[in-house]
Amino acid sequence: MTARALISVPKTAMRGEIVEIRAMTAHPMETGYRTGLNGTNIPRNIIRRFACTYDGEEVFSADLFPAISANPFIAFTLIATTSGTIEFVWTDDDGKTQTASADITVT
Amino acid sequence: MRILCGVAAIFVVLTCHIAAADGIEDEDRRSGFDFMAPETRALQSDDTSNPGMLWVLQGEQLWQQAEGQAEIACSGCHGDASRTMHGVAARYPAYDEATGRPIDLAGRINSCRATRQRAEPLAPESDALLALTTYVAHQSRGMRVMPAADPRLAPFRENGRRLFQSRIGQLDLSCASCHDDNWGKRLGGAPIPQAHPNGYPLYRLEWQAVGSLQRRLRNCMIGVRAEPFAFGAPELVDLELYLTERGSGLPIETPAVRP
Repeated sequence: MTARALISVPKTAMRGEIVEIRAMTAHPMETGYRTGLNGTNIPRNIIRRFACTYDGEEVFSADLFPAISANPFIAFTLIATTSGTIEFVWTDDDGKTQTASADITVT
Repeated sequence: MRILCGVAAIFVVLTCHIAAADGIEDEDRRSGFDFMAPETRALQSDDTSNPGMLWVLQGEQLWQQAEGQAEIACSGCHGDASRTMHGVAARYPAYDEATGRPIDLAGRINSCRATRQRAEPLAPESDALLALTTYVAHQSRGMRVMPAADPRLAPFRENGRRLFQSRIGQLDLSCASCHDDNWGKRLGGAPIPQAHPNGYPLYRLEWQAVGSLQRRLRNCMIGVRAEPFAFGAPELVDLELYLTERGSGLPIETPAVRP
């Protein structure tokens, strides 16, 4: 599957403002509990961890579990403190990572 | 006298039923969007929360990727999709000169791959084919469904209408039994929509993925316990063709979200 991620970060914010961040990535989130056509188990493949760094510092992270839907959508808020890059990393069971980033200008 | 009135009433009910069986009046035509819960509508309306946009994003990448022995990308001939593909989905399925049959958007993409790019066709319901179809259809979002006026399509559209109204499967139901005669009511707790094609390919929460109109048609056929037509079967394209006429005038929502 091609790496795909949709993120929403405001381009500008006032210092101290609370901003909403949204991040969604394409992932099957295969639970490991399903069986394939020939009765064999479909191996588990889920995103284990999502992390967001703001100007190099980790500000939000989440552990994900098999009950979470495919293409997980995560929304949270940050306090805008300084201009910089907000980076997102999703890591799955296979150790593959998907990354995305956006810049925010704080005035 | 009472018996006579009763007979008259049954006759009136029957004639109304027959009248209703031939599609939905223009002023009653409603997109599946209108039947959804507010939360699901919100999911579709915001591009940053609409999971279908992930397929649009992938389609945009594939559009620019050179493929096949011809080493040419879609953009190599068609250029900027937002300009060249604008309005294409609104008039598909269209008449295909090569086969003398209607062809849907996914079919056109695969035929373009075969003849222009000289590449292997993409498998039905594969991520790549869905992504390209969604990307192309997305360029017509907000436009009205405008079925192709080609007179050569008429017999195929008529066949689609016949299929839509034919009872099939162990449950002996036609598409029209639910979507013409009983839309707006509920089936097992879920609202019965009018079955319009204006949001396809769409993200269905049940599928947790984007799927085509053909997948949806096959789902319904399995639901009434009939043997579904294979992906790409001419019958399914005829049905798609009839559905675009039946849903003409509705705005294209691709990628829509449905429960």
